[in-house]
Amino acid sequence: MTAVLFQQVSRHFGAVRAVDDVDLAIAEGEFFAMLGPSGSGKTTCLRLMAGFEQPTAGHIEIFGETAEGVPPYRRNVNTVFQDYALFPHLSILENVAYGLMVKGVARAERLKAAEEALAMVKLPGYGARRPGQLSGGQRQRVALARALVNRPRVLLLDEPLGALDLKLREQMQEELKSLQKSLGITFVFVTHDQGEALSMADRIAVFNDGKIQQLGTPEEVYKRPKTRFVADFVGSSNVLTPDFAASLGFPRTYASLRPEAIALGDGPGRKRFTGTVAAASFLGAATRVTVEAAGNRIAAMLPAAAGVPAPGEAVTLSFLPEDLHPMDGEQ
Amino acid sequence: MSALAERSILEGRAGPAGRLSDFFWRNPKILLLLMLTPPLLWLGVIYLGSLFALLLQSFFSIDDFSGLINYEFTLSTYRQLLIPSNFDIILRTVVMAALVTLASAAIAFPIAYYAARYARGKWKVVFYLGVMLPLWSSYLVKVYAWKLILAKEGIVTWALAKLHLLWLLDAWLSLPVVGGNSLSISYTGTFIVFIYVWMPFMILPIQAALERVPGNLIEASADLGGNPAQTFRHVIFPLALPGIIAGSIFTFSLTLGDYIIPQIIGSSRLFIGQAVYAQQGTAGNIPLAAAFTVVPIVIMGLYLWMAKRQGAFDAL
Amino acid sequence: MRSDRNTAAPLGLKIAAGCGLLFMHLPILLIFLYAFTTEEKSYQFPPPGLTLKWFAVTWDRPDVWAALGLSVRVAAISTVIALVLGTLCAAAVSGSRFFGRETISLLVILPIALPGIITGIALRSAFSFAEIPFSFWTIILGHATFCVVVVYNNAVARFRRVSGSLVEASMDLGADGFQTFRYVILPNIGTALLAGGMLAFALSFDEVIVTTFTAGQQQTLPIWMLEELVRPRQRPVTNVVAMVVVLVTFLPILGAYYLTRDGDQVAGGGK
Repeated sequence: MTAVLFQQVSRHFGAVRAVDDVDLAIAEGEFFAMLGPSGSGKTTCLRLMAGFEQPTAGHIEIFGETAEGVPPYRRNVNTVFQDYALFPHLSILENVAYGLMVKGVARAERLKAAEEALAMVKLPGYGARRPGQLSGGQRQRVALARALVNRPRVLLLDEPLGALDLKLREQMQEELKSLQKSLGITFVFVTHDQGEALSMADRIAVFNDGKIQQLGTPEEVYKRPKTRFVADFVGSSNVLTPDFAASLGFPRTYASLRPEAIALGDGPGRKRFTGTVAAASFLGAATRVTVEAAGNRIAAMLPAAAGVPAPGEAVTLSFLPEDLHPMDGEQ
Repeated sequence: MSALAERSILEGRAGPAGRLSDFFWRNPKILLLLMLTPPLLWLGVIYLGSLFALLLQSFFSIDDFSGLINYEFTLSTYRQLLIPSNFDIILRTVVMAALVTLASAAIAFPIAYYAARYARGKWKVVFYLGVMLPLWSSYLVKVYAWKLILAKEGIVTWALAKLHLLWLLDAWLSLPVVGGNSLSISYTGTFIVFIYVWMPFMILPIQAALERVPGNLIEASADLGGNPAQTFRHVIFPLALPGIIAGSIFTFSLTLGDYIIPQIIGSSRLFIGQAVYAQQGTAGNIPLAAAFTVVPIVIMGLYLWMAKRQGAFDAL
Repeated sequence: MRSDRNTAAPLGLKIAAGCGLLFMHLPILLIFLYAFTTEEKSYQFPPPGLTLKWFAVTWDRPDVWAALGLSVRVAAISTVIALVLGTLCAAAVSGSRFFGRETISLLVILPIALPGIITGIALRSAFSFAEIPFSFWTIILGHATFCVVVVYNNAVARFRRVSGSLVEASMDLGADGFQTFRYVILPNIGTALLAGGMLAFALSFDEVIVTTFTAGQQQTLPIWMLEELVRPRQRPVTNVVAMVVVLVTFLPILGAYYLTRDGDQVAGGGK
């Protein structure tokens, strides 16, 4: 079943087309990422699902029921806010029980459910504290518990890990993933971090200028970017000019080539080209080399064992033909 | 919980509260209108209405024989403002307000500077409440305190007598303009009380402006070889200026409109506030009283306009 | 400012700041001394003797009690009206962006930005024009007008902090507009409103300039004091009343400070 459906949805703020004619279908139980730079429309899409924004045009369905015109408090959809938005005047337990309280669930029952939710996010016994007494990572978990205790049919997460440091972020990524698996709730999350989207999501929608540039699995989006924007934004693929692609025997279109698909030297069945090293930086496990070749600046990720070529040196590079992807989105 | 879980769109609260809530959510403009109507009726209609009605009256005149208001548009009332005795009142008030403002800035600055840059922890609270309590304590009590202090038999005379400095007071009081029979019926007395009552309004804006000056800016000036006086003149003072101007809005405006202080402590020569009070009360000349009130409004309008150009409103 | 933590203030600055604070406080302390003086015909310093008897005399004065009662009633009702109007204004201005919100801020501030005599005479001429006789309610009308700004200033900063994601979070969790107001907005703005109300009370309790134009023959406590200032007749009683007024106005100021000291903007800056 389709959890969230957008049909030609637009949201304009005056002359600004924050969301521009978007079609989207998120499946039930899916972990869905909306990826893009700030101002690309991804957060507005999330707010359209939550009900904080209303579409200027188009139709939205949540589990087959029309959602436009329905206030946020009547949608069985909950949000984990970027700044967590915990209520400063309530204890942690009261925060988590808030959704059940306003729906009229009896006190004993809702406090019990809140305790369980706190245990689920590994914060048992924190209920008596105030939001100000918790660390950023703990507040994030409380925000998660506060949303999940309502058993929403869709959970929306707005840059959920943005404010956490690297180590905590990696840990939370895994926890969110396993939580989603065990609960079976549809997760929709917004991020500007492509690594996060690639590692967590079942499918990714890449946004730019209010439109979806590409929608697919992490592997599709990463390996076969449809447009130059996606190639550039999702993990910095090389974008080859049509002329360069044609000179190597490919169709005359823009084409993407991942840096780690390029190797030093030549081999059987490989396509080769020559260029001059413009810059090289040692990254530990690998060396990132930028090469000038026929007016293209091409980045290559070389294994550290291959040695570091010096800037100004002429080098021969090669790749397997199946690693080059003509971009049909960019004629 | 399972009862809540199945549907994606919930029913919401039943009853009128739920329906009204949905209605306001769909029509936020109506809610806004409902919220704004009472304050706008009160302030916009009653208050602004009275104010405009008053200003309108300044364009009427009073019939010299009957003493009744002649409801015909005229500028003759404004011409009366320019006759020497009335113009003297305006000039006297504006000069006094300007002097009070300058003196207040001079006294307030060290307090604000110390509170902003040196006071920490407990002392910060002491300074804050030390400014707040006099600022908020009763206006009349403050004036009354100075009546006690400046009285002939009061503490000032007593202290100067103990110090054998009474001749100094007599010499000051014998000066023209600032002197008089005693301090409590001289311009000097009026001036002191004005400063006392309105100076606290100057401190917080200056402090707020100074607190926004990064400490390293002052260090940078010292590093570049600026001595303390140069640092003050070229770095601290310009940065504090918006705060001083913001504070001066209060001291200047409040002095312009005050009619009680000069009535209780001062010579018998009138200030604008007293003139307004006398014209509307005993003289019954509402048009002239209204014209007099236009003077501080115009002066303050010009003043605010200049202050806004200096960025003083950020320091309020 | 960090660089100054370890350096001491120059001596000259210390003296100037200290003298400034003394200048602000000594005259008020003097009032306390005079409340105990035995001298009743002049403002003689030092007092020839000290006594407590004027407190008893003041206690037995019905005119003082009447003036105090009127002032308290006026301040209480004006505060309630100012709370309602100021909160509505702050909610409207901070909750949404609409054309003219700057104008509304200005309108709220105008009654204290303009000299009080202008507000007073404008209201008085409006009353006489509309043939409204002076009454308890004409005093309230004036007082509530300039008290709104104190409540507004206190509430608007707090509203800004609450509106936005806290309100959205509440609605997201299923609370409709009324529930959100009751469970989220009100608890968060409560102390700011209490502080604003206390300051409004203090402001009204002390007001004299506008009141002289709107009170007619009624005497609030400040008007009673003003008459004593213009024509001193019972100096010892006035001394005692002055001292009591100082003590009574300190309480709301300290209360408002205590209520808002953890917040982003401490109350009282907007008198």
